[in-house]
Order: sequence, then structure tokens, then C-alpha cells
Amino acid sequence: MDFELSEEQNLLKDSVDRFVKENYSSEARIKLSETDLGFSRDHWKQMAELGWLGMPFSEEVGGFGGSAVDTMVMMESIGRGLVLEPFLATVILGGGLVAAAGNEKQIEAIVPEVIEGNMMLAFGYAEVQSRFNLNDVETSATKSGEGYVLNGHKAVVYHGGCADKIVISARTSGNSRDADGISLFIVDKDASGLEIRSYRTVDGQQAADITMSNVTVGADALLGTEGDASPVIEKVVDTAIGALCAEAVGAMTAANEITNEYIKERKQFGVAIGKFQVLQHRMVDMYMEAEQSKSMADMVAMKLDLGYEVDTKKAVSATKAQIGKAAKFVGQQSVQLHGGMGMTDEYSIGHYFKRLSTIEMLFGNTDYHLNRFSNLS
Amino acid sequence: MDLSFRDEDIAFQAEVREFLEKNLPADVKDRYDRGLHPKKEAAVRWQKILNDKGWIAPNWPVEYGGTGWTATQKYIFAQELGRASAPPPIPFGVSMVGPVIYTFGNQEQKDQYLPRILNSEDWWCQGYSEPGSGSDLASLQTKAVRDGDDYVVNGQKIWTSHAQHADLIFCLVRTDSSGKKQEGISFLLIDMKTPGITLKPIIGLDKEHTLNEVFFDDVRVPVKNRIGDENKGWTYAKFLLGNERTSIARIAQSKRHIERLRDIVKQERLNGGYLEDDRDFMRKVNQIEVDLMALEYTELRMLSSIDAGKKLTAEPSLLKIKGTEIQQRLTELLVESLGMYGAPYEALKKYEGSNEMPVGPDYAHGPMAEHLYLKAASIYGGSNEIQRNIISKMVLGL
Repeated sequence: MDFELSEEQNLLKDSVDRFVKENYSSEARIKLSETDLGFSRDHWKQMAELGWLGMPFSEEVGGFGGSAVDTMVMMESIGRGLVLEPFLATVILGGGLVAAAGNEKQIEAIVPEVIEGNMMLAFGYAEVQSRFNLNDVETSATKSGEGYVLNGHKAVVYHGGCADKIVISARTSGNSRDADGISLFIVDKDASGLEIRSYRTVDGQQAADITMSNVTVGADALLGTEGDASPVIEKVVDTAIGALCAEAVGAMTAANEITNEYIKERKQFGVAIGKFQVLQHRMVDMYMEAEQSKSMADMVAMKLDLGYEVDTKKAVSATKAQIGKAAKFVGQQSVQLHGGMGMTDEYSIGHYFKRLSTIEMLFGNTDYHLNRFSNLS
Repeated sequence: MDLSFRDEDIAFQAEVREFLEKNLPADVKDRYDRGLHPKKEAAVRWQKILNDKGWIAPNWPVEYGGTGWTATQKYIFAQELGRASAPPPIPFGVSMVGPVIYTFGNQEQKDQYLPRILNSEDWWCQGYSEPGSGSDLASLQTKAVRDGDDYVVNGQKIWTSHAQHADLIFCLVRTDSSGKKQEGISFLLIDMKTPGITLKPIIGLDKEHTLNEVFFDDVRVPVKNRIGDENKGWTYAKFLLGNERTSIARIAQSKRHIERLRDIVKQERLNGGYLEDDRDFMRKVNQIEVDLMALEYTELRMLSSIDAGKKLTAEPSLLKIKGTEIQQRLTELLVESLGMYGAPYEALKKYEGSNEMPVGPDYAHGPMAEHLYLKAASIYGGSNEIQRNIISKMVLGL
């Protein structure tokens, strides 16, 4: 049992930290987030050149065969800087699904392009009625000749607006919440009948609602076996949750450091407010939440590297529940301890609060994961 | 990073499990499983079994009788003790004064005390708190005045657990009042049979006699019973408290409590079904299980970084705060799970030597006693508020 990073992982961490330091000052991030695209293609290219976009893919599909721990290391640094580039949507979710379910031809057509930074992906799974249930799929895919016709509505698809291809979950058989009968399709962004309504999200990122009206796709758009996508989706989403939790740890650590510095500097009643015991104890509680979250994020990354059993799923949900609780507490108290300064959108701390709040909700909020934790056994 | 156990570790786990199955006395197991204090005779009997196996003091250096285990093995051992409802040794000797003696004591002291601690021949108690010195421990007033080869000790200690059973007390005493309060303290080992020591029991919330007041009236203590240098006792005292913080989290025992709670909810009836169907209650159980996991992996992460040669400052205070919060919350939930049978409560001695059992289901016997006793957990070993002060200062630099 060992929680220490290897030498290579320390180098990877240093490299992502350097990227964040050079590109993600608070002002630069705010400016970038307000552009039409919402992130930087130059950054994306740089991330490809540094090999980060190929990190989680196995060597057989042209990646670097990185582990979940490697992803965790990157995501923690990404979280510290509130990085905007769609690494999670393109590499972990979209790329992860293609690599896990795709046939040789699909993998060859997509994964190298993702690794090179030439193609962006997104994953449309949630629907208006589904909340966080991955199997609650009403989008339909009806067999038509060799291919399929897709109809339905996918909600809040993170980075759906910039994606070249979108992986869509759709029902090919069964009733609306059945695990059986869900299939995955790769759909081009300019497919006829596909409408992408892109918008900004509260955390400074972008998402899209996607409607499909008789979108026709060929048989080669089907990813994996028809009707059998549910376990693949669950596994890839659990992997993404592991990565997202590491991002949360980075964001909480940074928010705590910023707040800790602030209360050392800010003077009221003639002393630094960090001298007041009530604020010291609050800060200690924030520190303890972040530390325990870090332990859970490390644990879940290591578990994901050991396999994917019921115990792994339980660990994922436990981690998401811990991190959801911690992310809300740290985010909200960071604003509180900054007083009025916490309320301005010009200052960094509120942006941590907003990202941490959405992380609590993404892929299932704390309530959802406490429930899943208890139902899995 | 790697969470997996090596083959040797898995074999070790099996060895510990088998040993506990064969050697843990049933009466010791039953009392501990209910959350009741072991009796002295039973505790000594069990600790001697552990010592015969060489497993009484895993954290001690090998030269003094430790096991030389890796951090992973120590973790496995603690987990298996918890799983089997095997009590860890009473802490005052093995976990508290033992490490002070082998770290700061002279050879004569090591030879005299350490083997007797390992074999449970001496029962120790802790003379730290005084009526006027709780969280502000360094303000203590019990005086030791040099007279030839002796100190003459006068004063009073309070909240002294198990002093009525103790052969020896390790005591913080004031040997100098002229400078800073931390700089005039010495660390003495005192035989409880020395003339001038008297005890007065304090009956706790649990109606049991665990706590005591200890009075010192012209008690003569040989100077050779002093650990280390005169007036340097605060250093040794802090060292001891630092060790205590890591052991106080009792994660393995809390895991076992969650298992008990999950057993009870399958038996407690509710609306024609069982308590496990109550989503509100079960949500609290699930939450505490997640909280405990977060604490467990935090402890493992700290152990791993100690193994990797990193120096921790006050990080273990986190384990103390969260560990005791969870213990208290768990016993609260155990009591809550009993419904109306959470109310009947009588001192244990009423049933000792009698065939009559307390009312209610068998599992209702224990949780309230422990719930009451563990109210102390967030107070002893440095209150949780003091632990937050320590983290604030040492880790956050506030």
C-alpha cells in the first residue's frame, strides 16, 4: 500500500502545474471563459503536444497507457487552475467510450485524432426526465435499412457545442428505464436533423442541449453491440467521476490556500482576521474536508487501476458523496471568509465556488451517490 | 501509488485472523463488542496472550519489544482487531508512557519499566489534568520540590482514568515557577502505593467508576524516577500527546460498530417490516459509513507519507477530531436504533453475578453506556477545539 507519486507522476504534475501557472491567472481565465469558444485552441494544441490528450488511452490504440492515477494527477492540477479546455468531455468521456466500446475501425478513425488534438468529442446521456439515472433513456434509435434513425433530446451536454462528434446514448429496445436496450451512437455535429443549442454554464464552461429529429446514421455509427451499452456507460462515467473528484480536490486545495492567505492579510479591529478563533476553526474544518477528499480521490484512482468490481462502484459513489459535501462546504465558506470581496466576479474565489458547486451535481449529486452507495452491495 | 496488498500481507492477514479466532477469550470479545469497558482481570489476561505472541506493542522499536511490522502490517493488525472485536491494549502503558520511556528515559528506567509494561505487570495511569488545568495544561500547579534524593510532591490531579487499578502514575509536576509556564515542568513516574497518595472516585455519566481525583500530600518520589531533564517535561508531554492523537481515532472499532448497526436495523421492527426500510435512518447510516471511509483512507495516506520519510506536524490532529466525532455519532445512532429501549439504563454492577439480564433485546445492552462514556472522546487527549487550534497554528500558519 503506497500513496506516494512515482517520479514520472511528479514530473507530470510539475508539467501541468507549470501550464496552469503560465496560462491560468485569474484574469486570463475570466477573459478566456468569456470568448465565444470559451477556451483556447492554442492551449488544446499545447496539451496535445505535451502528450496529455493521449495519456489515458492504452498503447494498443496509440495512447500512452496511463493509469487512473496519472489522470488523477493531471485533473488535480487542472482543478487548481479551473482549466477550461474540455479534457474530461473529449478525452475521458468521448474518447473513453470509443476506446472501450468501439471496433477497430472506429478506434482508428477517432482515437488518434483526439490524441493529436484535431478532434473534440462530447457525451450526450442526460435527458430532461432522467436526472442522474444513466439508464433513463427515452431518446430512440430505430433500425432503418442498414442504419438507424435517432429522435430525442439530450440535456446539458458539457462541451457539446465545440464537439466534432457527439456520442449519444439511445434506446434500441426495452422500456424507458431498463438497463437492457441502450445503445451508443457516434453522431457528426453537422448531421441533418441535429440541433445543437449551445450556452454558458455557471462554472465558466459551456454546454448544449441537443435535439434529434429523424437524424439518420449508418450502421458504422453504432458503438459496441446494440442494446448492451449500459455497463460500458456506467464504467466510463465512473472513471470520469474519479477524474472529476480529483479536479474537485485541486479546486478545493486552491480555494483553501487563497482563503488562508486572505485571512492572514485582511485586517479588521486592528488585527488580521485570521487571528480570530472562530475563523481559524472554520478554516481548519475546510482544510480537513479537503484533506479527506484528497484521500478518497487517491483511493478511488488506485481502485480503478485494480479493476472494476462492485466494490469499485461503491468506492466511486462514496468518493463522490464525500467530495460533493466537501466541495459545497469549502466553496461556500471560501466566499464567506472573503466577505464582500467574495461577492465580486472579478476576484478568483467566487469562480472556485461556482465550479465546486457544479462538480457536486455533475454525474449525480451527493444524495444520488449516497443512495447508489447503499443500493450497491 | 498502489492500494493492493502484497502476497506476504495477505498471508499476514490470514495469520492474524486465525490467531484471534483461536485466542481471543469469548468474555473479552463480548464486552468489547457491546462497547463496554473490559474489567482489569480480563484486560490483563488478554494482553498477556498478545504479549506471549509478541504482538502487544507493534509501534515500539524492535529492540524494545516491537514487531518491526511495515505500516501496511500495522494497519492490517488494527483492522483485524476491530473486525474480531478484540480490544487494543489499555493505552496508558503501551501507547503513552512506554514510548516516552524508550525515547527519553535512561537505561535503568528502560530496564525497569518496559518489560513490565509489555507483560501487563504494571498498570499505569496518567497524571496530566488538574482542577485548574484542562485545555491550558501547562498551567498545572502540582508542585515537586527537591529534598535530597527525593522530590516532595503536593497537589491534585483529576479525571484520572482507571487510577483505582493503577500501580504507577506518570505525572506532570511543576519544578520551577519563575519563567514561562511550559519551562518549569518535569515528568515523574510515581508508585501509587507511596504514602501520601489518596484517591477519590468520580462517578461518570455512565454511572460507572472510571474517573478519579488523585491527591498528593507530601509524597516523596526518588529523583531517579524523573524522565529526562528537570524542567523539560513539557517536551515529553507533547511527544506523548502527539502519539496519542494518532491512536485515538479507533477506525477499526468504528467499522465494527457500523456492522453492529447494520445488524440491528435488520432486527428492529418498524411498521411491520424492519428499521432498514426507514430511508431517513439509513441515510444517516450511509453517511457515517462514507465519513469513516474518508477518515480511514486519510489515516492510510498519512501512514504512507510517514513511511516515505515525510515529517508530519499537526496533521494527525485531524484523525483525532474526525475519529472521535465519528465514534460519538455512531454510538448516538446505535442508541437511536433501539427506539424505546434506548431509555432503560442501570449501572452494570446490578447484573453482575446475577442471572437476570437487562430488559429489551440483547443488542440493546451496551450502546447507551458507550454513548455516555464517549462524550469524553471529544474532550480527552486535548479537546477537539484545542486540536483545531493546533492545526490552525502548525499547519495553516494562522
